[in-house]
Amino acid sequence: MKKHVLTRLGRFLRPYGLPFLLLLVLLMAGNLLSLAAPLLSGRAMDAVGIRAGGVDFPGVFRNCAGMLGCYALSSLLNYVVSSRLIRTAQAVSHDLRKAAFDHMSELPVDYFDTHPAGDLISRVCYDVDTVNATLSTDLLQLGTSVFTVAGSFLMLLILSPRLTLVFLVTVPLSAALTRFQMKRIHPLFRLRSKELGALNGFAEERMGCRRSIRTYGVEEADLRLFDARNGAASQAYYDADRASAALGPSVNFINNISLTAVSVFGALLYLGGGLSLGSLSSFVLYSRKFSGPIREAANLLAELQASAAAAERVLDLLDEEPEAADPPEALLVKHLEGDIRFDRVTFGYDPARPVLRNFTAHIPAGSLAAVVGPTGAGKTTLVSLLLRFYRPQSGTITVDGIPLDTYSRDGLRRRLALVLQDTWLFGGTIAENIAYGAPGARREQIVEAAKAARIHRFISSLPQGYDTVLTGEVVSKGQKQLLAIARCLLTDADVVILDEATSNVDTETEGEISLAMEQLRQGRTCFVIAHRLATIRGADLILVLDQGGAAESGTHRELLAAGGVYAQLYAAQFQP
Amino acid sequence: MKTILGYLRPHAPRVAVGVTVKFTAAVLELLLPLLLAHIIDGCVPAQDLPGVFQAGGLMLAMAFGAAFCNITANRMAAWVSMDMTRQLRRDLYERTLLLSQAQLDRFTVSSIVSRLTNDTYNVHQMFDKIQRGGIRAPMLVLGGLTLTFFQAPPLALVQLAVCSATFFAIWLVTRQGIPRYTRAQESVDTMVRILRENAAGVRVVKALACQERERDRFAAASRASREAEEAAGGIMAAANPLSDFLLNLGLVLVVLAGALLVDRGRLASGQIVAFLSYFALIQTATLGLAKLFVKYSKGVASARRIEEVLLAPEDQKVRPVGGGSLPGPELGMENASFSYLGVEKDLDGASFLLKKGQSLGILGPTGAGKTTLVSLLLRLYDADGGVVWVGGRDVATLGREALRGRFGAVFQNEALLNDSVYENISFLRDLSREAVTAAARTAQAWEFIEKLPGGLDARLDIRGANLSGGQRQRLLIARALAARPGILILDSADSALDYRTAAALHAAVRRDFPGVTLVVISERVASLREADRILVLEEGRLTAQGTHEELLETCGRYRRMAELQMGGLK
Repeated sequence: MKKHVLTRLGRFLRPYGLPFLLLLVLLMAGNLLSLAAPLLSGRAMDAVGIRAGGVDFPGVFRNCAGMLGCYALSSLLNYVVSSRLIRTAQAVSHDLRKAAFDHMSELPVDYFDTHPAGDLISRVCYDVDTVNATLSTDLLQLGTSVFTVAGSFLMLLILSPRLTLVFLVTVPLSAALTRFQMKRIHPLFRLRSKELGALNGFAEERMGCRRSIRTYGVEEADLRLFDARNGAASQAYYDADRASAALGPSVNFINNISLTAVSVFGALLYLGGGLSLGSLSSFVLYSRKFSGPIREAANLLAELQASAAAAERVLDLLDEEPEAADPPEALLVKHLEGDIRFDRVTFGYDPARPVLRNFTAHIPAGSLAAVVGPTGAGKTTLVSLLLRFYRPQSGTITVDGIPLDTYSRDGLRRRLALVLQDTWLFGGTIAENIAYGAPGARREQIVEAAKAARIHRFISSLPQGYDTVLTGEVVSKGQKQLLAIARCLLTDADVVILDEATSNVDTETEGEISLAMEQLRQGRTCFVIAHRLATIRGADLILVLDQGGAAESGTHRELLAAGGVYAQLYAAQFQP
Repeated sequence: MKTILGYLRPHAPRVAVGVTVKFTAAVLELLLPLLLAHIIDGCVPAQDLPGVFQAGGLMLAMAFGAAFCNITANRMAAWVSMDMTRQLRRDLYERTLLLSQAQLDRFTVSSIVSRLTNDTYNVHQMFDKIQRGGIRAPMLVLGGLTLTFFQAPPLALVQLAVCSATFFAIWLVTRQGIPRYTRAQESVDTMVRILRENAAGVRVVKALACQERERDRFAAASRASREAEEAAGGIMAAANPLSDFLLNLGLVLVVLAGALLVDRGRLASGQIVAFLSYFALIQTATLGLAKLFVKYSKGVASARRIEEVLLAPEDQKVRPVGGGSLPGPELGMENASFSYLGVEKDLDGASFLLKKGQSLGILGPTGAGKTTLVSLLLRLYDADGGVVWVGGRDVATLGREALRGRFGAVFQNEALLNDSVYENISFLRDLSREAVTAAARTAQAWEFIEKLPGGLDARLDIRGANLSGGQRQRLLIARALAARPGILILDSADSALDYRTAAALHAAVRRDFPGVTLVVISERVASLREADRILVLEEGRLTAQGTHEELLETCGRYRRMAELQMGGLK
């Protein structure tokens, strides 16, 4: 059983406890002022009197001025409270969003393989926003209501404890009824948030493959799928609304019943001589004061439910297991020699189907190692293991003789520079993208790197040059790879990993940047995955992966002579 | 707003009924205190016990009626706003399906996602809250005003003037709030973008150990959103206190005016008292109005953002076919030019012709405009100048319908769906399993599909993350082949394949698709050499075209490429 949502949300609310409390006090002050005004208006009326020509104008003016002052002050206080409350609620929302994102960035990579981005967006935007609405406006209303109800109830108790017994029945009754309904409704609100997340997940995914949808002309089929999810999300939304529609009115209903009971019993009491007429009418008057605020508060219940469900989804994200934190004794290195050793490593994304089986290899420091093999042989998996995205099921990987797990995770990653198969650019400027791994790089350095990666000319041709913000289709995949190489050139890493880094770059450009790559490799261990065997020929060590293990290894010459898998792969390149 | 309000029209009868029911509930609740007064002031002094019970029973019935009406009205309101939002979201999604690529680039996918999700939600809230809460308060104020008119017309005039001022003030505040909420929604776009980037690029971010920077980037976006919301909220927070103050100011003015009138003997002071107590009652009804204003301005801001997409003009017009013109080539261009940003030409005066069943290879350095050329053939973009031919017709005369099913295409950077292998290949076209299997075989994908647990029904992770790069690429190729298109476009479709697999793929395509018109973009000369015609592109210009042999003779660049790749063997 999970803890209550309020307890879990507590750590986000606590820092703002004092401001909340202060605002509550101000709120009460404002309410008191607005209660004082009617008193003054009564006096003003006394000053008016009942006779024509007998109006005490100075008295009227004085009291009217007082009223005006009360109202003005109360409105001012009201404004201060609600605008401050909005700020406080926004502060909480910001904290929530930030915590959610911070936590997201700590989650292991496979979390993102199984959780749609759209759902994450939904949690961070929609769900947080729902919580925000409750904090910024509902609380204000709730505060006012509670204040009024409590005050009136106190008056009732003083007037006639016996009649108050009526509330002893109706208040617990409405509490029980509310509780009963909330229990039933809560899962519906959870479902609502979840379905909305699923819809967003779908939309986000489909927005990403618009070109295919258009080319294959499957807009209608796609729309039908969207319809189904949209229908489910809308239905879930409505179901929650429908079930909670009774929440407010039923509380109100019991309140009205108690009003009826009070009048009838009050009348009976009076007739039985147990109550004076004056007390009865005051009692009824105060009971009536109840109904307004109670109605307003009851109508909030559904929204509180929606917020609770939304908050839970954000908090659930925060409860996801992050990548194991570095142990305190984790090794933080400034420099790696780059001696990499895989020792009988077995790994499978699904342990039942290992991609690597007892893989063993040694890449000496400063050498250029190339990994070749058919697609799906586990080349990229090697890189993922080296980057500690996953842990091998058995066997060890060491760098400079020290097991990978001993290093600080980010510390290790910072010593590795890499260009991955799927390059990634964020929606910042080109300069920011190139300097991504090297914050603080100067513009000249960025331009230098871009020139070395043969992407400078393209960048210069753009209207805003290096300050062009990357969106849409302006940059081709080959250009992205060149940008990633420029990015890599700017880092000071000790091990360079190139996973099909130039697969979409033409041979000539590839030839042109080979000098830069040469420089990049200088004094560093280099780990290259490539299909174009021309780029591999010069490697100190070629690892041929096949069927989950190193089928062969050696230099180009040795492997050709051996006439194995490599020789076949090499020959295929030149066959039509 | 007009377009969005149009979604209300089909529900008008329902809304009318709902409002009436809500109105009835409000009336019943307003009558309750009257009965109460009747018991206390009428029955009790008269010692009328049956009267007490009668009135009590009536109260009970009315309380029940009010609850019933409220529940019904709430449900009706919830249904109407749900159904409207469903329709609106559907239409918005449908419109985004019809947006041109250029429009999509301009809006950005993140902003569209944000409009589909957050903005439709805001509109939903607006409709819901106005239906539920927007009836009672205005009804009480207006009703109260009418009633007081009968009691003391001059005083009501004062209050009427103040009410008008109040509405004007609210209108002013809301008008200030809407643009601020628009800005707040735009800041949500930024957050959505960063979230999408981080979900898709998680491996790079982690590999570069740049989580800290991403956190800072998101925190900045979140802060911007917070500030925008605070700015909007700060304005909107004034609505309630301001209207409250103005209405109260009205009361003060009523007392003053009343005093004058009493002094002149034109009014009894009791009327003022009645007026005041009435209006004080009415005022409590405006308690929840502040939230309504917020929802309203937020909703309007979002509605406008949705309308922006809904009303985006169709920018790829289908030109009528000119009479009497001869059929053009199956595929080709005549002096076609295109620019993404309107500055430099990304494709400059391209001309080439291809017969049905022929194959075209495109080679050129990175950024030479290869993908641009293909995008024009697919009519993802319209050429700025020149003619693009597809199936013997100017592509500008071909609408979506006419282009449907003609092409099979593999794009770079295309993501797989979080669905089964079958669905990824069939891609919403309901193809038979045989066709899908056959396509997978040609695409050299069958061997690994077979080994997946579940085969064709194996489920892929998001973006196909549980497959290798080469496997993902082969599924996309299978998708392109599966419906046996007349024209097949492979844009760097073999970049992640080893040479053996790539060679097997090209051979299989030639074998299994003998009559297909083929366009291949590749960095590998080996993948192009069989083509009937090869184009060499440089900086948007076609610098050479011909067969492999011809180009070896005439084009230095081509020869260099071939030599580089073939290790100088040929």
